[in-house]
Amino acid sequence: MACFLVPTTEAIVTTIATKIIEKKEKEAVSTELEQGVELSSLHRERFSVKLNRLNHLLWGGSLLLAFEHFWHGEIQPFFPFLTAAGNPADWAEALHEMSTVGVGMAVLVTCVWGVHTWVLDRIAQREGMAQHEEQARRAIRK
Amino acid sequence: MTLLITILAAVVTSCIWYSSARARRLKTGVLCSMFWGASLMWLVDAVAEYIELGAAYFTPAAQDMLNDAFLGFSVIVLALTVWVVLLFVKDPDGVVRSALHNQRS
Repeated sequence: MACFLVPTTEAIVTTIATKIIEKKEKEAVSTELEQGVELSSLHRERFSVKLNRLNHLLWGGSLLLAFEHFWHGEIQPFFPFLTAAGNPADWAEALHEMSTVGVGMAVLVTCVWGVHTWVLDRIAQREGMAQHEEQARRAIRK
Repeated sequence: MTLLITILAAVVTSCIWYSSARARRLKTGVLCSMFWGASLMWLVDAVAEYIELGAAYFTPAAQDMLNDAFLGFSVIVLALTVWVVLLFVKDPDGVVRSALHNQRS
């Protein structure tokens, strides 16, 4: 009935968090560049980029789910927007659905993103280690 | 049915994203995220419905299936429309910008 509101709320929070983190990361990078830093450290994927992937999943999913709710007449283009909001019994059911299905959706999407990010980090770490080993081997040969 | 169609769309767009550098430049990643995000959310919805209905979940009425399929294809059209708007706004190849520039000059 209104389960998509939970991932939408999470999307709003993560988008704001991404903007704040992005700003801090830019400041940190400019400070590092002024102080002199290894270029390889700048190539590492920033957390804001990772978080942006979660934003896309949440916003995209919420948009398509909102459309589905509109299709089923659970959302209306005028106040109070949710048809369930007009009736206390329906509203109680909607709240129950939000606390079960809605929270489940937000948790599943976040978990999948977490696993995906962890796997990508491990791959990047392994590639980085392989590059270091190759450089060390070349140095020994010389 | 909506879940199946959305997962199918997610798999197809992911394959396109993986196999073509041009597709990656044209922001198909956003389209993948949209379809995968919606698929995961509908998966939770399907599990909740399965818990409620049991095996009856897998034997929907023909009219419900038709309506869900119609919804699934409409969802794909909406996602594609959002992607095209995003593509025109971001304009990674500069096509829109050059077209506007040519019109002015």
